[in-house]
Amino acid sequence: MTLKDARVGDTVKVVRVEGEGPIKRRIMDLGITKGVEIYVRKVAPLGDPFELTVRGYELSVRKEDAKMVSVEKIS
Amino acid sequence: MSIKIALVGNPNSGKTTLFNALTGSNQYVGNWPGVTVEKKEGKIKWNKEVILTDLPGVYSLSPYTPEEIVARNYLVDEHPSAIINIVDGTNLERNLYLTTQLLDFGIPMVIAINFMDVVRKRGIKINLGKLSRELGCKVVEISALKGDGIEDVAKEAIRISKGEATFRRNIFSSQVEKALEDIQDLIKKGYIEENELRWLSVKLFERDEEILSHLDLNEKTKSQIEAVIKRAEMELDDDSDGIIISERYDYVTSIVDKKMPGKEKMSVSDKIDRIVTNRWLAIPIFALIMFSVYFIAIGSVGAWITDFMNDTLFGEWIVPGITSLLEGWGIQDWLVGLIADGAIGGVGAVLGFVPQMLILFLLLSLLEDCGYMSRIAFIMDRVFRRFGLSGKSFIPMLIASGCGVPGIMASRTIEQQNDRKITIMTTGFIPCSAKMPIVGFVASQIFGGGVRGALVATGAYFIGIGAVICSGIILKKFKAFAGNPSPFVMELPEYHVPAPKNVFKSTFDRGWSFIKRAGTVILLASVLIWIGQNVSIESTSTEIVIDAETGEAVESGHAHAIFGELQEKLDNDGKPVIDEETGEVVMEAPIIDYKPAEHKGIHFIEEGCTSKSVLEMIGEGLSIVFKPLGFGDSWESSVATILGLVAKEEVVGALGSMAEGGINGASEEFFEGSWLKGISFLIFNLLCAPCFAAIGAIKNEMNSRKWTWATLGYMTGLAYAISLITYQFGRLFSRGEFGFFTVIAIILFVAFFYLLLKPAKFSLVNLFKKLFKKESKA
Ligand SMILES: Nc1nc2c(ncn2[C@@H]2O[C@H](COP(=O)(O)OP(=O)(O)OP(=O)(O)O)[C@@H](O)[C@H]2O)c(=O)[nH]1
Ligand SMILES: [Mg+2]
Repeated sequence: MTLKDARVGDTVKVVRVEGEGPIKRRIMDLGITKGVEIYVRKVAPLGDPFELTVRGYELSVRKEDAKMVSVEKIS
Repeated sequence: MSIKIALVGNPNSGKTTLFNALTGSNQYVGNWPGVTVEKKEGKIKWNKEVILTDLPGVYSLSPYTPEEIVARNYLVDEHPSAIINIVDGTNLERNLYLTTQLLDFGIPMVIAINFMDVVRKRGIKINLGKLSRELGCKVVEISALKGDGIEDVAKEAIRISKGEATFRRNIFSSQVEKALEDIQDLIKKGYIEENELRWLSVKLFERDEEILSHLDLNEKTKSQIEAVIKRAEMELDDDSDGIIISERYDYVTSIVDKKMPGKEKMSVSDKIDRIVTNRWLAIPIFALIMFSVYFIAIGSVGAWITDFMNDTLFGEWIVPGITSLLEGWGIQDWLVGLIADGAIGGVGAVLGFVPQMLILFLLLSLLEDCGYMSRIAFIMDRVFRRFGLSGKSFIPMLIASGCGVPGIMASRTIEQQNDRKITIMTTGFIPCSAKMPIVGFVASQIFGGGVRGALVATGAYFIGIGAVICSGIILKKFKAFAGNPSPFVMELPEYHVPAPKNVFKSTFDRGWSFIKRAGTVILLASVLIWIGQNVSIESTSTEIVIDAETGEAVESGHAHAIFGELQEKLDNDGKPVIDEETGEVVMEAPIIDYKPAEHKGIHFIEEGCTSKSVLEMIGEGLSIVFKPLGFGDSWESSVATILGLVAKEEVVGALGSMAEGGINGASEEFFEGSWLKGISFLIFNLLCAPCFAAIGAIKNEMNSRKWTWATLGYMTGLAYAISLITYQFGRLFSRGEFGFFTVIAIILFVAFFYLLLKPAKFSLVNLFKKLFKKESKA
């Protein structure tokens, strides 16, 4: 599954970040790398950003970009 | 010899706060990322040898965002003697990730863990000894805001700047380290300095285009490097820059003790955000907050002080006081008028709004500093994104609420060219501090302040935002601007209690620059206006017609030659004045065939004369343009509007110097107290072309004459259309007045909604083609 499919309250673990170029680089620069745990705080319908807790801080990521992150659910 | 020290760190980590504290300067500090977009230099207060450079905040040193390029080029090209790496102590992992990149440069570095006040309060434990040992450089705890430890950091930086970098740099897995060494061997043969090798090899490993083109390696070396990278990618099953990033983060995780207390539970910030950024409540709450702000600043407290300043201080004390003082000194009348009515009247009209403005900015900087405004950016991001605009567009707009010039400059952080253009074109719609007096004037003078005035003022703010959003939607549909929204990841900083120092400083700065402009540009403009208003090139005079038989004045004109005795004689109906007791003639009857002198050429207008002033002649020409908008009924408001190009404060300044009763009289004299005219005037002046300074900034950022004109044309056109629609619809609905311009207004209204609602992928050319086809069919 990808981060896009995660639900509010899920904690997921990043398996891999797909894609390439600036967007991928940006996502990874902000700490979404292999093995990191992500807590999904808020997801709003209709193209709104995802609000996540990663590495102890809050981040909002566009749904479209969340598609690039493969994850597995851990809780 | 001077020492150069660079401040590098994540956005919003407190670099500018530290910079200001060490250098005593006044750079803009704000609680959201991306405030500083250009590097700023300053000397340390207690050691003028040391030049400190405040760089824009970056998460990484990739070549993709403008901030990152600025920071990176600075480090490579200027080669500072030392780096102070500011690390947000509440956010160690992400901040230390940047640190690992800085280590590669081989520049002596000290790490300043900032936000220690917050760190201690939250009970986060940071193992300084371990960090320092692992990274091989000194780590100092500071609080830039409170000023704790800041001198220690600076002193440490100065100390190490004289030596060599000593820290550890091999942080990657053995496979990667091996690959890096191979690359170093391949490029070492050339001219490269030992110090730069490490950094270059990492960048080459990441296939950084910039570096690659910079180095001009031969094809053979390039393919050898490529082979090294390919091998590592195979071994580690990821692409090379992904590998580097992951391994940096893995390293950071290994040196930070992961005992972040209270990580997943709802913090106070979360609870507030639940409500404040709620999908349905967010905008109403924002509107309510802005309304309260404007109610306090413009509707009530601020208005009381402003009224006092305008009515009593300037109206009753200063202007009459100075007038009688100057008259007492026997100074010529025209000079008294110039000083008292022109200069002081105009400058006073602007200064009168300073209290309202200070209160407004005090409240806004409170909202800004506590972190609420970055929530607004977040909410607006959602709104903007829905229309395909970058959420980053909102940050320049937040800044523009102080002054449009830095706001327009802040658009530089938007990577996507088209989004940048749209942002530059629309940032000027946001009411800046110089437009405050216009808002204040309409809200408190024409609408009488209070709740009504506050509604008008809040409305003005939202009209600005509305204009931005609508423009975004419309412009996006044109070919020239189409494109996907730029990749954007935004963090929400924690709420914190506003720092009085920041709040007062930013309020004071804004107030002060406002006052400074009043004392210079506005003063000059007011003097020019007064002269324009009191000088004429042709005095038209009416002849005096006096009945020859009775000696009575049939029509007493106002030829400017009628003064003194002649006037008195006419006042007595042209009859001789006779002392009733003695029967003596006190004053002769007037000369019957008197012909008033005519005045041509540039001259001062004298009392009792009907001649037109130069300003009036210009104003009447201009007012034809503004007639359909209502406020063009008086030429004075047209003149004021045009003078807004000099500086937006001058709109009110000009009204103040032109109105007989000062700014208080202006609403009756020029607007007949009409709400509709007031609103139309407000809208036009809020949205039309900005002042010359902002136009200059637009020209700079657009870097194209064509686009600069397009921007000015678009802004003025939109302003005109919206004002016209408002005024004409207002007349139609309130008084049932219908005319030619009502039709135009309806057409514009329909066209506006058509553009707004029309599906995307729309081109002007096609529109014309379509229109043309229809016409040829008909
Ligand atoms: N509590 C606390 N707040 C701080 C401290 N240092 C800075 N701040 C606050 O953090 C916010 C950001 O500070 P800035 O100095 O603008 O940050 P910056 O690193 O220059 O940000 P950019 O220019 O966007 O990269 C402001 O609201 C400061 O008041 C600190 O030591 N403690
Ligand atoms: Mg800054």
